[in-house]
Amino acid sequence: MSQVKESKVDQYRRSFLAQSTAIAGMTLTSGVILNSVAQAKSADQPASDKNRWGLLIDANKCSTGCNTCVTACHEENGVTGSGNPETDPQWIRKVKLTDKQTQKVQTIPLMCQHCAKPPCVDVCPTNASMKRADGVVLVDKHACIGCRYCMMACPYGARSFIHEPTTEQIYPRGQGTVESCTLCVHRIDDPNGPRNPACVEACNAEGHKAMWFGDLKDPNSEITKRLKEYGGVQIRADLGLNTGVRYQNLN
Amino acid sequence: MKTIQFTELEGRSAGFFALMAILIAIIGAGLVSALMMHGEGHHITGMTNRIVWGTPHVFAVFLIVAASGALNIASIASVFGRTIYKPLSPLSMVLSMTILAGGLAVLILDLGNPEHLLDVPLTQFLYNSEPARWTQSVFGWNFILYSGFMVIVGVYLWFSLVPQYKKYAKAVSIFAFVWRLALTTGTGLIFGFLVAREAYDAAILAPMFVVFSFAYGLAIFSLVLIPTYVWTGRELGEILVKRLKSLLGIFVAASLYFVIIFNLTNFYSAAKSEGIQSFLLFGNNSYSNAFWIGQILIGGILPLVIVYYPKIKARFALMLAASMVVIGGLSQMYVTIIGGQAYPMDMFPGKKVESIINDGGIATYSPTIYEVLLGLAGIGIMLFLVVFAMNVLRILPESLADKDVDPHHSA
Ligand code: SF4
Repeated sequence: MSQVKESKVDQYRRSFLAQSTAIAGMTLTSGVILNSVAQAKSADQPASDKNRWGLLIDANKCSTGCNTCVTACHEENGVTGSGNPETDPQWIRKVKLTDKQTQKVQTIPLMCQHCAKPPCVDVCPTNASMKRADGVVLVDKHACIGCRYCMMACPYGARSFIHEPTTEQIYPRGQGTVESCTLCVHRIDDPNGPRNPACVEACNAEGHKAMWFGDLKDPNSEITKRLKEYGGVQIRADLGLNTGVRYQNLN
Repeated sequence: MKTIQFTELEGRSAGFFALMAILIAIIGAGLVSALMMHGEGHHITGMTNRIVWGTPHVFAVFLIVAASGALNIASIASVFGRTIYKPLSPLSMVLSMTILAGGLAVLILDLGNPEHLLDVPLTQFLYNSEPARWTQSVFGWNFILYSGFMVIVGVYLWFSLVPQYKKYAKAVSIFAFVWRLALTTGTGLIFGFLVAREAYDAAILAPMFVVFSFAYGLAIFSLVLIPTYVWTGRELGEILVKRLKSLLGIFVAASLYFVIIFNLTNFYSAAKSEGIQSFLLFGNNSYSNAFWIGQILIGGILPLVIVYYPKIKARFALMLAASMVVIGGLSQMYVTIIGGQAYPMDMFPGKKVESIINDGGIATYSPTIYEVLLGLAGIGIMLFLVVFAMNVLRILPESLADKDVDPHHSA
């Protein structure tokens, strides 16, 4: 679904997102509003392909022992588990990389890479896996049948299946469905303009400033400028998925 | 050759009721397991976020692949004109449908949210102004292939059972044959589409599944046919059994050939031969054991020896070889499906990768009883339905004695 057209499904999705936004508004104090976005869209406006939201992560700035982004994400989105990492949902996880030759150690946060050509969307039999016009890859948990084919298809292991009954609910979550990083879509859809996702906000607050969020289509956004200046790599670039999440200094 | 008389089973003996009761118990246990998985969540299984398809998929995919293979007998008789198999055609058709039903049932019961399946037509057809997405999903095509298979084989069966339509049966049989090839190819493609996973990144996977299906389908067919004839006291002659036996031998040999080619081509790729390939073949783990002992020895070499060793009684040899092919088939699915997931995806070449979900390491998986019971229920459903069909439809020849099946046989 590359274009968003008027259809009942889309209306439904939008109203779901609008609800999420309202809940988010009630539960969260407002974060930083991104200046780079000229126009905020109202909650009932569809996502536009004029934007492409993405993340840039600097592996050198990511602190080895830090887990702040993970905690912030899971708190923000009400992602809870029972303490078994193998079955608990992990919307974002820290990955420690040790170069086999140089022994250099780096850590990076890994989450849904919001591919332009998402394999999860390609294989989903029900439309539940979808990509918004602005590049955000989401799961509609009301349509997901829990077949887990998207998890088989994802090259990043970025998706989680809800293995246990969900108790605490900030956003609708459903046992037996699949979920993953939404790029804090409720913050993107904030009526007052897009805000940084919880992970980026927390990383900044912690002083590491290893992550940037922004519009990859906006030539004036910081993320675009940084990418232009320093470049950025995609994980598994060989697959040609054109990810919305890019990494710097990953070497 | 006399005209073959087809009759229903009597289905009134104590043995019959006992069999049905056992099958119902097996299905019931599977259903209870599925209910528990839905109530408590999939964490009661051995599946994780790394091993997302577990034992139920091993059974389900095995059955779905075998289903199309079970239709072979009918195809050989009709498309390829081997009249000796003709009396077995109706059973072959029914069995292919019931095997598919068993496999699909497991697949559906293992879904996290099967109730959402009911919404799919609603959201896809009624509310969506765009071309439905599932037409682009290989899983979606498979739903079409599965339901189409049921309809086509159903019509094929109907045409072959009703005398006035018999003349059309051949045309439908050709269509069904093409469809069954598409179905197995489609099942193979479910894995072929997983570009990120090295284990499945091979074009040969789909045709290999087709060849496997010949062996698995015929094995199940033989395992149903022989006990049915023995228990109902109907005659089953040596000629047919010997034919089936050597046919199974050919299919097993062809499967082995494909496995060798598949693995040799994988060794051409340096990355694969050091990584996933050595892990699955020489990793000294449950997958390499399942490969060498299950798939190759029990599922390949021993059945070949048994079917071609002349001193073993044909019927016994066929039963034994067919049982082994089933074990080998389940082992193959275990290696392909679970082994393929257990090996880490290569996201960061040249790096040692560690994370909370053990990204760089081998994923652990130990199936629980719920998964096994659900998988076995698929076999239960298949057997229950085929026995039921034998009971209400005239699909079984009164006799398959040599004089009845072979016009040239002089007893
Ligand atoms: S698990 Fe849900 S989102 Fe993933 S492919 Fe299946 S239906 Fe689609």
